[in-house]
Amino acid sequence: MSQLLIVLLGVSLVTFLVSHVVPGDPARMLLGQRADAQTLENLRHVMGLDKPVWLQYFDYLGGLLQGDLGISIRSQRPVLSELLTYFPATIELTLFAMGFAVISGVGLGLLSAAYRDTPIDHGTRVLAILGVSTPLFWLGLMVLLLFYKHLGWLPGSGRLDSFINPPTQITGLYVLDSILTGDWVALKSSILHLVLPTICLGYIQLATIARLVRASMIEVLEQDYIKTALANGIPRYRIIYRHALRNALIPTVTLIGLTFGELLGGAILTETIFTWPGMGKYVVDSISFLDFPAIMGFTILVATIYVIINMVVDLLYPILDPQIKG
Amino acid sequence: MAQFRYLRYFTKRYPLTVTGAVIIFLVVMVSLAAPLVSPHNPYTLNLTDRLKPPGSIYLLGTDELGRDILSRIIYGARLSLLAGVGIVGIAGLFGIVIGSVSGLLGGKVDQAVMRLMDIMLAFPSLVLALALSAALGANFRNSILAIAIVKIPVYVRLVRGQALSIKERQFVKAAQTFGAPKVWIISRHIIPNCLAPVVVQATLGIGEAILIAATLSFIGLGAQPPAAEWGAMVSMGRIYLLDQWWYASFPGIAIFITVIGFNLFGDGVRDMLDPRFRN
Repeated sequence: MSQLLIVLLGVSLVTFLVSHVVPGDPARMLLGQRADAQTLENLRHVMGLDKPVWLQYFDYLGGLLQGDLGISIRSQRPVLSELLTYFPATIELTLFAMGFAVISGVGLGLLSAAYRDTPIDHGTRVLAILGVSTPLFWLGLMVLLLFYKHLGWLPGSGRLDSFINPPTQITGLYVLDSILTGDWVALKSSILHLVLPTICLGYIQLATIARLVRASMIEVLEQDYIKTALANGIPRYRIIYRHALRNALIPTVTLIGLTFGELLGGAILTETIFTWPGMGKYVVDSISFLDFPAIMGFTILVATIYVIINMVVDLLYPILDPQIKG
Repeated sequence: MAQFRYLRYFTKRYPLTVTGAVIIFLVVMVSLAAPLVSPHNPYTLNLTDRLKPPGSIYLLGTDELGRDILSRIIYGARLSLLAGVGIVGIAGLFGIVIGSVSGLLGGKVDQAVMRLMDIMLAFPSLVLALALSAALGANFRNSILAIAIVKIPVYVRLVRGQALSIKERQFVKAAQTFGAPKVWIISRHIIPNCLAPVVVQATLGIGEAILIAATLSFIGLGAQPPAAEWGAMVSMGRIYLLDQWWYASFPGIAIFITVIGFNLFGDGVRDMLDPRFRN
């Protein structure tokens, strides 16, 4: 727990440096080039920019602890409350993409380890290289062109069809909310809207997971206890599922924490392409308005989520692997 | 003749690495010869030929200002290569200096440096690059700088690890016994001995660097109009996606192919130099 606090303190220090020290003059940045000297001076005083840097940091930190991420330039509303309205959409998309990437990634990794050096294995290798080489924003556009425009199979923007009312808000995740309220029309529409963004966002991570599962599976399959099991005449599929897979999945859990960060980053692009009303789209829209507090608020929030998730994964580790004592 | 045979053997043994090298070679050649090979001027507006589909005059079509997309892609190769090499160059350079000093000095300095690096790695890289680049101001140079800063920890960790093991070696101990200054030990012993893994890491990193640079341009933080930059072109083309598919498609393909080239080549270089990754 204390480690978590230290990392979060570090995160706040980095965001402070980026928002207060790097730009040179944050007040000028907020007011733009045409502001007159008096207004500039006033704002500097209000923002506390005339104080020493270390004092500014404590003010900043104090604000963060009270949930103060600043005021959005575009809407003049607190950044935190703006971000929170977009938060459920991003989490829904990220969770679906994560589920897609993990399930198919583990499956593919398993297949390519079990059928090593066969076309299946080569196939996932190619997929992995394509995965890390594809510009996510371009992939999204191409998918949109094919499945939305040419084939017309799936919707290409938003979370629901425009004529459908959102389900009664409980969690803010439309799929979950519509199940909880029994709103099947909204459920169908929200799942259909999730398909394309989920696949795009998850695809990039899928390959990384598949490669890791493959490598760790191959390592496990060469262990003595697997050979013993084989020598004892236990069928191969049973060895793979009962003996090898459990051990091979342990390193994957760490990767899942890391993947979450990549997905939150990728959500910036996916949401923009598919006009998904989440935090990622919000931050890109903020860029064109030079809404710096909004950009920094997003950065802090995402980094905090990312740090906490990785901490949870670290805590899960000893539970999954009794050989490691926490 | 012997060289030719060797080349053939090499191509057969490492087909993917050679494919990568060929792609890189072609992209570099095209970018160097851009004025000679591009059929039109990439910046000349031609309002009568706005958004023309691919055809015999404009092989890959034109954009909303009538500029030839093929020529802009050809010139765009220069910016993307510059971004890729610039980012890993800056990050690698700082990584080498910080990592070797931190590793050699050890103690409190080392601890502080490594904690800072850990904290930087606590941000998803695209998110930190985005924030930094917004803070520095949206232009191509700043976006490269921002991505380079975000990538520094990768190299610091790598070099520091190397430095820790090198400083225990006999020749470093000997130099220390003779009273060699730390600067000498770093520049003459540590840096030369940890260059190989840095080069491998840098080769592997160029593809990713190009990708992130294009991404920042796509969201409006990198190259600004009228620059012929691939990510920015896709971004503009997005507006016309449903009716003028070629505008966003072709610059994206250029990014894709270039990045694949660097990734295939980087993987190959790593496999060749690091026996642990063979097979």
